[in-house]
Amino acid sequence: MIAINNVSKWYGDFQVLTDCTTRVAKGEVVVVCGPSGSGKSTLIKCVNALEPFQKGSVVVNGIAVEDTKTNLPRLRAQVGMVFQHFELFPHMTITQNLTVAQMKVLGRGKEEALDKGLKLLDRVGLKSQADKFPGQLSGGQQQRVAIARALAMDPICMLFDEPTSALDPEMINEVLDVMVQLAREGMTMMCVTHEMGFARKVAHRVIFMDQGAIVEDATKDDFFGKPRSERAQSFLAKILQH
Amino acid sequence: MGDFDFSIIATNWRFLAEGLRYTVQVTLTAMVGGILLGTLLALMRLASLWPLQWLAAAYINFFRSVPLVQVILAVYLILPLLLQFLTGRLIPIGADNSAYFTFTIFEAAYYAEIIRSGIQSVPRGQVAAGYALGFTYSQTMRLVVLPQAFRNMLPVLLTQTIVLFQDVSLVYAIGATDFFGAADKITQRDLRPVEMYTTVAVVYFVLCFALSRLVKYLQSRIAIIR
Ligand SMILES: Nc1ncnc2c1ncn2[C@@H]1O[C@H](COP(=O)(O)OP(=O)(O)OP(=O)(O)O)[C@@H](O)[C@H]1O
Ligand SMILES: [Mg+2]
Repeated sequence: MIAINNVSKWYGDFQVLTDCTTRVAKGEVVVVCGPSGSGKSTLIKCVNALEPFQKGSVVVNGIAVEDTKTNLPRLRAQVGMVFQHFELFPHMTITQNLTVAQMKVLGRGKEEALDKGLKLLDRVGLKSQADKFPGQLSGGQQQRVAIARALAMDPICMLFDEPTSALDPEMINEVLDVMVQLAREGMTMMCVTHEMGFARKVAHRVIFMDQGAIVEDATKDDFFGKPRSERAQSFLAKILQH
Repeated sequence: MGDFDFSIIATNWRFLAEGLRYTVQVTLTAMVGGILLGTLLALMRLASLWPLQWLAAAYINFFRSVPLVQVILAVYLILPLLLQFLTGRLIPIGADNSAYFTFTIFEAAYYAEIIRSGIQSVPRGQVAAGYALGFTYSQTMRLVVLPQAFRNMLPVLLTQTIVLFQDVSLVYAIGATDFFGAADKITQRDLRPVEMYTTVAVVYFVLCFALSRLVKYLQSRIAIIR
């Protein structure tokens, strides 16, 4: 489904990504973790070409994103993305947030888009909020809407970039619950997160990044059982303390 | 002093109203045209292609560095020549029409800078979210960035328009009859400058003050809930 092959990226002289290679198979849930600034966001944004890269290749569902002939809007419409700061459109109601891309990108009619959007809103437990604006919802609610908005596009895979790290602790679980459910339904997911409880519950593999490189890429059991690198061990020790 | 005679206003009100209508028309035309052209310039300035950036910057800096009166005069003198050169025919445009064009292209430079900062006030994550949903560049701009940008910058945009409204009086330089020009012409004929200019000043004040109240009102109405 997603193949990242020897991707390197520089900001001027500073190398953000160093020869990153990994794969996410259909139906697989892969968690990406690592210290701040290690390049996790950058890597995940390379998957839907929100970040360009200078070397290597990323292939999503058979299509190379770095190919200049690739129709990027079309590719991105198939790849759902959820951001750390939700990024709902603040000038639109929840309903409009859920339907605008369905109509403008997929060409769905208003009825169909509304139907789909409200179904998904119900699924994340927020049907009653349909006519509100994002600013009137809590962070956890906004993030659930953001997940519904991405799902409304019928994506073939989902990318999450620290979806719970901007949330108050009491709201983290309502978002994780939605993600767990999604994973159990067989959605292909690549999640940057430090929620190791989530990783243990549903991840198939865990990737650990440090200084722009993939240091560890192991099955969940291997990763939590016996991380090979020292850096991963000390990182795990740090975040598992809380 | 002491013998004010405001009947001069009563007898000439039609002529004054015509002038005011012209002033309002130039203001509205230059506002709409200037905002459209200004948006284009702002997008060019923020584009990743340097020739576009450079062109927009040159345009904006040029018009922001020359006095408006001079541009009004220059366009009035040069535009007919240019049109004649392009079409081969002599097209009399006249002072009135020339001003519509001048104010549009001049104000565009000021609007462009306001719009640029408005666009930059929209968080980058919003752009990323638009692209991530499959929007093209133009959809991201039209549906996500510009609606938020215009809400953020509406007060400044309207304040600039109030300045524009007042600046239309500079068309006296080419003899066009705007509100101020109408008053000026009457004064030269009927010699009642105090009554005339007082009235004109009061009208300008009332209109501009009302507009600035409107700005305040709109600001509270359309603010984005964050
Ligand atoms: N536009 C940019 N220009 C220069 N450097 C950048 C830019 N964006 C990111 N970086 C740098 O690239 C590195 C990787 O950033 P990235 O956001 O991918 O890290 P991250 O692992 O997601 O960190 P975090 O946990 O803080 O989100 C960081 O050192 C960051 O400072
Ligand atoms: Mg990050």
